[in-house]
Amino acid sequence: MDYALTDEQAMLRDAAREWLRRSYPDDRLAEIADGVGTDPRAWAEITRMGWADAAAAGSVETAVLLEQAGYGLLPAPLFVTVGLAAALGADASVPTTLAWAEDGARYLGDPVRTTVDGDGRVSGTKVLVPDLAAVTHAVVTTTAGPRLVAVADASVTACASIDGTRRLGELVLDGTPSQPLPAVEPGLARAKMLTAAAAEAVGVAQRVVDLAVEHAKNREQFGRIIGTYQGVSHKIADAHVAVELARSLVTWASWALDAGDPASVLAAHAAKSDAGSAAVRACEVAIQVHGGIGMTWDSILHRYYKRAQWLQAFEGGAPRQRAVVADALLGPVAP
Amino acid sequence: MDFTDTPEEATFRSELRAWFAANLPADWADRPPRVGREDVEEARAWSRRLYDGGYVGITWPKEYGGGGLGHTFQGIFLEEQARANAPGHIGVIGLGMAGPTIIAHGTPAQKERYLQPLLQGTEVWCQGFSEPGSGSDLGGARTRAVLDGDDWVVNGQKVWSSFAHIADFCILVVRTDPDAPKHRGLSYLIVDMHAPGVEVRPLVQITGDPEFNEVFFTDVRVPRDSILGQPGDGWTVAMTTLLHERGTMGFSLTAHLEQGVNQLVKLAKETGADRDPLVRDQLAQFWIDLQALRYTNYRSLAGVAETGVPGPEGSISKLFWSERNQALTKLAQQLCGPAALLADQGAVWDGFWTYQQLRSRGNTIEAGTSEILRNILAERVLGLPRSR
Repeated sequence: MDYALTDEQAMLRDAAREWLRRSYPDDRLAEIADGVGTDPRAWAEITRMGWADAAAAGSVETAVLLEQAGYGLLPAPLFVTVGLAAALGADASVPTTLAWAEDGARYLGDPVRTTVDGDGRVSGTKVLVPDLAAVTHAVVTTTAGPRLVAVADASVTACASIDGTRRLGELVLDGTPSQPLPAVEPGLARAKMLTAAAAEAVGVAQRVVDLAVEHAKNREQFGRIIGTYQGVSHKIADAHVAVELARSLVTWASWALDAGDPASVLAAHAAKSDAGSAAVRACEVAIQVHGGIGMTWDSILHRYYKRAQWLQAFEGGAPRQRAVVADALLGPVAP
Repeated sequence: MDFTDTPEEATFRSELRAWFAANLPADWADRPPRVGREDVEEARAWSRRLYDGGYVGITWPKEYGGGGLGHTFQGIFLEEQARANAPGHIGVIGLGMAGPTIIAHGTPAQKERYLQPLLQGTEVWCQGFSEPGSGSDLGGARTRAVLDGDDWVVNGQKVWSSFAHIADFCILVVRTDPDAPKHRGLSYLIVDMHAPGVEVRPLVQITGDPEFNEVFFTDVRVPRDSILGQPGDGWTVAMTTLLHERGTMGFSLTAHLEQGVNQLVKLAKETGADRDPLVRDQLAQFWIDLQALRYTNYRSLAGVAETGVPGPEGSISKLFWSERNQALTKLAQQLCGPAALLADQGAVWDGFWTYQQLRSRGNTIEAGTSEILRNILAERVLGLPRSR
């Protein structure tokens, strides 16, 4: 067994962290989140740095990148492209989102009504599509499996969204031309998406834990640094524990996916379950530790909190993930 | 990154499975473990058998009778031990704490004298750290040792000392310089538990079992050279002990939790609670916790492999395990219903869960309270200022 990232993986992680830190300081992030919602120049840079190729190399590389993207709250459609669309066979070098939800179908695998005709023309209405305004393409789930469409060929409505850099939109397809995608095993594709979401959640959680530590090291009350109060420091320690455990599960899941290990599907559910909860909780702890500042729009914390909530909601929160684990552990309950 | 066994690891694992199959008595696999009421002679014999099989001190250097293998092999051993539901070696304190400390700080003569019998299980060790006036605050230890000729003369009292009632030696933290600042006045002695003036009084736990002890030292003479490190080094040497305690403990704790989860699933099926959605949700979380611990252990091994010493990150496993194990035993008690109040024969599985639930309250106290572990994480891992 070998537990460490390879040198190449570690270099990818460090380079991504550094580029994000330089490119998107908190004030720049806030400006984008309150403005257009995405940095239109980011994708060219991402391509130049070879991130799409790196993500195509495997789930471990994807997880390494997406953890950093979460840490830096990258305002570009990397997650939807390499984490979601690529899992269904889309080209990771083209900014592409995944449009799966529609009225009555909230999760992947729920029966959809969007159709595709004999000429490959897709019709239907997709809702809650993440990053729809930031991509050129979308993978659309239909009654005949996933299809690739150009967003310009369809009708897009932006929706008011709390996460300013992962806005949701509505995609109306009315005889929209589409391309087929290579066949993939749906269970495995979902496991890749869950692992990607978990990886981004770990990055989100890590950043807010770091912010909480930084604040608790500097803020003084009653003549003492507040980090010396165990009512403060123990909360942060618990958030740290949750992040580390979630990171372990992401490491396991991403490795298992690359290795073709049969445990990969359950590992992905486990990772998504814990990482989503850990990210939301870490943000709540960080807001509490920051006091009134943490409640302000000027603080960066709410940006992370909103992302954490999207990640937790994606494919369902911890109880939905645990239900899958329970079925595997105990056998399904007869209806 | 690769979590599959290398050919060497796979060979080690398959040989170990075969060894357990050949050596573990058939009726042991299904009996509930009763930590507090172990049969000492049986445990010694089993320890010797493990030693003869080459499965004790797996990571210790070969020159001291160990296997000279990496920590991964110790991890594999503990996984397979859990899978076989096999008991562990009797020398818990010796293998996890005294031995690594002797290897790190002992003289050649001390290594020669103590390590082999420790591995064989012929000599059992206990730990004399906590005192009535200083539990978590080890630096406040007041048991004193005064040099008199060629001997240290030890007076004082230790408490919460597991295995002391059967131990041959004790790793003892004593105050040798009352005038020095509190952490600098300590020394670390090896004390013969059979020496005149050593008195062991069992303490009955809330389980009803006398699992730990008070130890009284009255003018106990300890040879001058039975010291690890120099006089005044006691704090530093003790930190080595505690890092090893928490660092290598992760795999044992995970193995323990795996057995608990397996038993709990069995209980849920027997009671029909496996159809209750709330119980199912909790069981799934325990399974996830188990995997999270397992892979956290693996990740921490990457650090051990580099430095040879477990880092403070080991506190994560202990902290998380202890609280989850308490939750697990509480759920089991709930599933037992009012019958959970029965003890021994007649209770569910002869009182297995009743015992486990009561015993688990100690998990967040022993080997570093949860409060101390959170301090360690806050201060030594996250870099927050010291709370005291």
